[in-house]
Amino acid sequence: MSSDHSPKDDHNAFVTNARIEGDDDGPLAGRTIAIKDNMSTDGVRTTCGSAMLDDYVPPYNATVVDRVLNAGATMVGKANMDEFAMGGTTETSAFGATENPAAPGRVPGGSSGGSAAAVAAGEADLALGSDTGGSVRNPAAFCGVVGIKPTYGLVSRYGIVAYANSLEQVGPLANTVEDAALLLDVISGPDPNDATTNDGGADSDYAAAADGDVDGLTVGVITDLIEGADDDVVETFQASLDDLEAQGAEITEVSLDSLEHAVQAYYVIAMSEASSNLARFDGVRYGPDTDAEGNWNEQFAAVREEGFGPEVKRRILLGTYALSAGYHDKYYKKAQDARAWVKQDFDSAFEDVDVLASPTMPVVPPKLGESLDDPLQLYLMDANTVPVNLANLPAISVPAGDVDGLPVGCQLIGPKFGEETIIRAASAVEN
Amino acid sequence: MSDSPVDADEVQHVADLARVDLDDSDADEFAAQFADILDYFEALDEVPEVDSDPELVNVMRADEVEEGLSQDEALRNAPETEDGFFKGPSVS
Repeated sequence: MSSDHSPKDDHNAFVTNARIEGDDDGPLAGRTIAIKDNMSTDGVRTTCGSAMLDDYVPPYNATVVDRVLNAGATMVGKANMDEFAMGGTTETSAFGATENPAAPGRVPGGSSGGSAAAVAAGEADLALGSDTGGSVRNPAAFCGVVGIKPTYGLVSRYGIVAYANSLEQVGPLANTVEDAALLLDVISGPDPNDATTNDGGADSDYAAAADGDVDGLTVGVITDLIEGADDDVVETFQASLDDLEAQGAEITEVSLDSLEHAVQAYYVIAMSEASSNLARFDGVRYGPDTDAEGNWNEQFAAVREEGFGPEVKRRILLGTYALSAGYHDKYYKKAQDARAWVKQDFDSAFEDVDVLASPTMPVVPPKLGESLDDPLQLYLMDANTVPVNLANLPAISVPAGDVDGLPVGCQLIGPKFGEETIIRAASAVEN
Repeated sequence: MSDSPVDADEVQHVADLARVDLDDSDADEFAAQFADILDYFEALDEVPEVDSDPELVNVMRADEVEEGLSQDEALRNAPETEDGFFKGPSVS
């Protein structure tokens, strides 16, 4: 398969247009699905949004790909993404930016921007994304669709190109909460090929939980995540809370002191894990064929200069720095302390409430080309999504409304294995 | 900007450790950005020490022989192969 055979779709949602028919019957029979391009597809190139893997054709399917095909879904393409899932706008893709179908001229969010755009544009009924620090929920919010980040270990990561193993999960995107829940039913459950999977989703019926019944449910609004959000966004989010209240939910306020350090901890941990994971891209087993001269180290460094884009280099270097002698305790160890603190804060909050809520993103989708110049500002945009990954918890983003036509998402966070509760609450928000 | 110790030379040193070639203009740009980012990370200093019980457990199983990739499949994406092996550059 060559790298230039794909005609562009209207929003550049796909890196590769390729069709894989699923089984004739199953819960997803007749549905089409977009698969994020960091998930291995047997015989269909899998670029991870990077020039490094421009020609890479996996010899096997990721477990989640097998599961959706066996459930009857037909894959219609490999969805565009930030390079190696590093970004929140899908603009770091080596295959060009994706445009937001719900907000022309603006980013679809990221890193699973192609997945969300494919669903929003009607190019696919369903999509798979991966969420390391918000990469399913962020584009779901920006494109006005539903996205779920499952409890850590609920879904297999076998065959996913690794970025930050301790944080990432595969998650579903769809137009409705019920469809996203159904896709989660299909992909969840233990996998002998991923030792971090658990049986939390083994006999699930998440789709049945989308019944809109929130009578008596307590929802804690995380005030720390309201303070940094734009006023218009907060207003729209507030309207969805009023809606929940009208349906019988009780709304309270919660403050978690640890969240002030969540973005710092997330980036130190994610970059550190990335610097180790991405060491495998050495141009020997896969990667571009360069004319580089010199010994192993020299050729390795030349291939990596050519194959990686700026954001990936930035994260590899910062991760290498954070783990290097003299800095490990200062950055990595403190980040692990912050992670444990965030977990404890969430655990105590869930003693008093059933779900926690915040705007998914503190802002509306930025214009294309507007946000890449200042990496730190982009990292800060993840403030509301990264705490969930640090705490290994499930969360859903459901459309809350819009600000002048620009989509706003409501994020609902549950305790460990609380998928049914957040699905139920989200289905009441979309009513 | 902080008085972070990261200058272009330090960035080049880390890039060398990470085996990524950088030209001088990239190193200058990264040095400025890293100063901002590391300055922001400084706030981790305020985080208290936290006792935590790791949630992860060892998962053990007996070794079982299964079908794996064929040699052709394993080599299919390599830029260079020779006699059924990956071909890499000389080590030194």
